[in-house]
Amino acid sequence: MAELATAPGAGVNKEIKRERTFVVTMKRLLKNKLAVAGLIIIILQIGMAIFAPLITFHDPVKQDINASELPVFSENHWLGTDNYGRDVWSRIVYGARISLVVGLIAVTLGLIGGTILGMLGGYYKKLDGIIMRIVDLLFSFPGILLAMLIIAILGTSLVNVAIAISIWSIPTCARIVRGSVLSIKEKEYVMAMKSLGASDLRIMFKHILPNAFAPIIVFATMRMATAILSTASLSYLGLGAQPPTPEWGAMISQGQAFMWSSPHLTIIPGIAIMLTVFAFNVVGDGLRDAIDPNMDI
Amino acid sequence: MGETLLEVKNIVTEFRTADGQLPAVRDVSFSLKKGETLCIVGESGCGKSITSLSVIGLLPSNGKITSGEILYEGAPIHNLPAEKMRQIRGNKISMIFQEPMTALNPVLTIGFQIREPLMLHHKLSKSEATKQGIELLKQVGIPYPEKRIDQYPHELSGGMRQRVMIAIALSCNPGLLIADEPTTALDVTIQAQILDLINDLKDKLNMGVMMITHDMGVVAEVADRVMVMYAGKKVEEGLVEEIFNNPKHPYTIGLLNSVPNVDDPDFELEPIPGSLPSLNEQITGCRFHARCKFASDICRNKEPQVVSVSDTHKVSCWLETEVH
Repeated sequence: MAELATAPGAGVNKEIKRERTFVVTMKRLLKNKLAVAGLIIIILQIGMAIFAPLITFHDPVKQDINASELPVFSENHWLGTDNYGRDVWSRIVYGARISLVVGLIAVTLGLIGGTILGMLGGYYKKLDGIIMRIVDLLFSFPGILLAMLIIAILGTSLVNVAIAISIWSIPTCARIVRGSVLSIKEKEYVMAMKSLGASDLRIMFKHILPNAFAPIIVFATMRMATAILSTASLSYLGLGAQPPTPEWGAMISQGQAFMWSSPHLTIIPGIAIMLTVFAFNVVGDGLRDAIDPNMDI
Repeated sequence: MGETLLEVKNIVTEFRTADGQLPAVRDVSFSLKKGETLCIVGESGCGKSITSLSVIGLLPSNGKITSGEILYEGAPIHNLPAEKMRQIRGNKISMIFQEPMTALNPVLTIGFQIREPLMLHHKLSKSEATKQGIELLKQVGIPYPEKRIDQYPHELSGGMRQRVMIAIALSCNPGLLIADEPTTALDVTIQAQILDLINDLKDKLNMGVMMITHDMGVVAEVADRVMVMYAGKKVEEGLVEEIFNNPKHPYTIGLLNSVPNVDDPDFELEPIPGSLPSLNEQITGCRFHARCKFASDICRNKEPQVVSVSDTHKVSCWLETEVH
């Protein structure tokens, strides 16, 4: 038994090998210029959301009749003011907070629900039929309609918007997770774990789930974009953030009446939404390519 | 050789398929003593893996043991509820698999995977389990176990991984180890090491080993007793010397003749003609008759009985029945 399969020292230096997967993924991601641009936008936005009080000089909801509808690059208000004299820059910055938080909550809840359903459906053949039919049912509604229905039931508020969007994310996530679980559960290491007497729950969440992370991470990133866009859409329709909350969709909706006199009231939040959605989408795309070039979701 | 560890009596394992219930294991019986290695030999698809999965209770969801019983240390285990069986698996009966490349979870460290059965069955704390895990890795001949334990499977070679698999399977000191072609996927040089390791550990822990293989070389190396299976049936069983020196069943003879022999210049490889019948094929008489060059009318019409050549050597073939 003295002769060993590999030279005894080979691969022992774990510090080098340990971070390999993460480093390789990041390196691949950073080669993708579009993804890097997206990453920068996201980081800037997160910075904006965190340091909002430090980078704005006006209360986002404070009205000032004497300074209403100021154009872009005015004194004290570099992005101008709206019809109530509220500073557009402050509202955009605080709006980033709302978009990110609502998006994050919606995606997290959707991921939890979708992962549990997908896991059960993929692992237990008997549950698969029922769960996938429920998922089909959820799929049969157009997303925004489903969200509107849920908000109609729960009432209009940002929290309910997050819940509505998360419910809408569940079916897609469930399908993705189920697909991965279906292939992973046939792997020999799952059989090996069974042969060691591990329970189903343990196998599902400790052994199968980590192997299904790659598509879940990509889905989560892409879904952030959709969630932010949907939050804005619902707020635009008056179902989400209520005035005077500085939410981007609501800002567009309020600015609409002044399209001709002050186009910046609709254009600036529009650009904010567009950039954010773009950023999350390209990072999601980049991540997918970086994690596994052959993966297809 | 001690007391009887495992006794399998007349088990029939059937699969529910689109063509109806198809038996994959037909009325197979065997027993295994502590400290003994039983090799189950046969072509791919002859039911040897299904026999072992029946024992450990891990049949695919459409498979079921429809009759017969399996006794582990005298107690029946074939009809235990799932939860009870789960406590036996990994604890009293363990299994190692063919592909060390795929039988370890690629995203979890060796340590995580070796701790699992210890924490599961022996309720050890994480640090105790780690300590014992390092001991186990040392026992299976892995150098620098303290460092290896934090590594991922892809950082180890195939032979190393199979050692890790063995360490994991033996972590709870099981009485019975089922090894499903443990060396098939390994280099020949590593094969011998792994077989030696299994043999050493068997003696050390006084386990029974059920080795499934189609490699007669492996059989010669490790087996105490051999059971030859063909198309779901046991066709011959005996001590390893008896099977190699005095094979009775034409199928066993065929298997032995299909192993190249370098020492004998006159030796010619003699493949068994034809292939294994599919599960749903209706065969009357001896299941091997279509491929048997000695087949006579009786072989085609009546199923052969089990004939004892010696106390330990049994064969079911009409040729032997005629001799006796």
